[in-house]
Amino acid sequence: MRLLLFFNQFHRDLKGQKLRTALTTFGIVWGTTSIVLLLAFSTGLKERQLQQQHGMGESIMILWAGTTSKPFEGTPKSRNIHFVEDDPEYLKSMIPEIAMASPEYTNWSATIKYRDKVFVGQVTAGNAEFGEMRNLIPEPGGRYIDQNDIDNKRRTAFIGYETWQELFGDEDALGKTIFINFVPFTVVGVMIKKDQNSSYSGSDRRKTFISYTTFTSIYNRKYLNNIVLKPVEPSHSKDVEKRVDEVLGRKYHYDPTDEEAIWVWDTSQNDEFFDELFMGMNVFLGIVGVFTLIVGAIGVSNIMNAVVEERSKEFGIKMALGAKASFILWQLVAETLLITIIGGLIGLLFSGLIVRVFPMFNLEKYVGVPQISLEIAFVATGLLGIIGFISGFFPARRASKLNPVEALRL
Amino acid sequence: MPIIKMNGLSKIYKTGKVSVEALRKIDIDIDENEFVAIVGPSGSGKSTLMNIIGCLDTPSTGDYYLDDEEVGRFGSNKLAEVRNRKIGFVFQNFNLLSYATTYENIELPLIFSGMPAKRRKTRTMELLDRVGLAERAAHKPTELSGGEMQRIAIARALANNPAILLADEPTGNLDSVSGGSIIEIFRELHADGATIVMITHDRHIADNIPRVIKLKDGGIVDSLN
Repeated sequence: MRLLLFFNQFHRDLKGQKLRTALTTFGIVWGTTSIVLLLAFSTGLKERQLQQQHGMGESIMILWAGTTSKPFEGTPKSRNIHFVEDDPEYLKSMIPEIAMASPEYTNWSATIKYRDKVFVGQVTAGNAEFGEMRNLIPEPGGRYIDQNDIDNKRRTAFIGYETWQELFGDEDALGKTIFINFVPFTVVGVMIKKDQNSSYSGSDRRKTFISYTTFTSIYNRKYLNNIVLKPVEPSHSKDVEKRVDEVLGRKYHYDPTDEEAIWVWDTSQNDEFFDELFMGMNVFLGIVGVFTLIVGAIGVSNIMNAVVEERSKEFGIKMALGAKASFILWQLVAETLLITIIGGLIGLLFSGLIVRVFPMFNLEKYVGVPQISLEIAFVATGLLGIIGFISGFFPARRASKLNPVEALRL
Repeated sequence: MPIIKMNGLSKIYKTGKVSVEALRKIDIDIDENEFVAIVGPSGSGKSTLMNIIGCLDTPSTGDYYLDDEEVGRFGSNKLAEVRNRKIGFVFQNFNLLSYATTYENIELPLIFSGMPAKRRKTRTMELLDRVGLAERAAHKPTELSGGEMQRIAIARALANNPAILLADEPTGNLDSVSGGSIIEIFRELHADGATIVMITHDRHIADNIPRVIKLKDGGIVDSLN
């Protein structure tokens, strides 16, 4: 009955102040929708960026040999450093924090031929771990270069998506023979389409990958183009970088503090940068959303003040009949919370709808897919609760402190 | 031991630099089952006295004992409890909640006293019956006549078996016929043992009440038995 009375009164308030209540609820709906959508789109955009960035590989490190900039133990500066084929294995054996390592050879311009089609592209060679580190994932049915290919210097090729299109059109490439600079290779895998927004030697879509042992048997190369590493944990990367300088510094006789002897691109630092960038963005968007919600809260507070004004007599009667101040207080706070919760729910549903409908506009490629995470929902709900409570509390306290004699006289 | 006992009770209102003495040195004893009328011209302090008797307001100085408790010193929560259990208000303009049914109006003091739902229902129906309006349980106050509204208000005032019934010009907004029937109800309640304090302008009504307290300029000028 108490609950019924409560809803009765609430209903009456709404009816009595339709426009004001509607506007207030709208304010809360708007606030909730903006905060939820801002955060949802930000999450989507971040996922999209990371996905594209990880096209090249997740938390990998790329090492290039450079030129010393410091004299070291009798050797002058400006000495060129070169990596050899055993270096990746050597590093792996010396540094337990390295999970995978591969040498990389590149032939920047090779003629690749299938029947009468000719395509000029890049040939990249590494070991079996290279494919895994660099996210070179085969289409179903195919595979990447494996240890057997490497051990036996087999002439097998894993081709990029665009290489496949250029040479084969729609035709199945698996098992077919292509010629790389007139040397026949068997296609064992085609790379799936992937998004890639960073690279150090061009997009993987247009490359052809072979075993490094096969590569050196055809091309007479003494030195590697670069080394690719993957630490056991992304957080190890700084450590690994330092250890690499120590190990290679000893081997190639350079000062481990020399910044230019070898060059390292630590891609996990990009992730860190992105994390920070998007954290900043979320904070900014969150603040924008919070301010919008505060505007809504001012509206709620305003309507509750008007309600107190209008219902003073009712509170006076209730007090005369024995209602304690706390009863009046909590009745009004509960009413405010209800307005806020209803507005918030509508806002959440509305945002959910927009997120659901959004993929129809085909914009994922640019801004990603907005996602309403549990965290976002919790943040929004928590904020709404706090705002509802605060904006209801002060008018309610005013009502509960009414002098019953004066309230009855109205 | 009287139900109401006031000793040297005064009430001073201060607005800015001006202070008004609304009641000065009031001494009143009202025994159980007395029927008392409080009369006086407007501005004589009748309403202030009513408010203090009804625990809506507290005296500035002096003592007020209600049913052996010194309520004049109570805080607002204790006062709310006293109003709920010991006082039944009947107002000139009824003061019913317009959005609630007669049933819900009568039930309100029972809700505040924390009576369980089942007993509340029995008690509310009993009260509706007592004022002869059981068939009007589901009606809103606006659908009732003035006399009926006042009967509902009386039923509400009786809800928690109060120590005193406090009526402020209960017939002031009624025609003489319904006014008469309301006074009749008060007489019956008195005959059943109720203690009643009633403010009235109506000399005709006051003449028929056993004890009349006359107020003037905040003081008692005459207390007839």
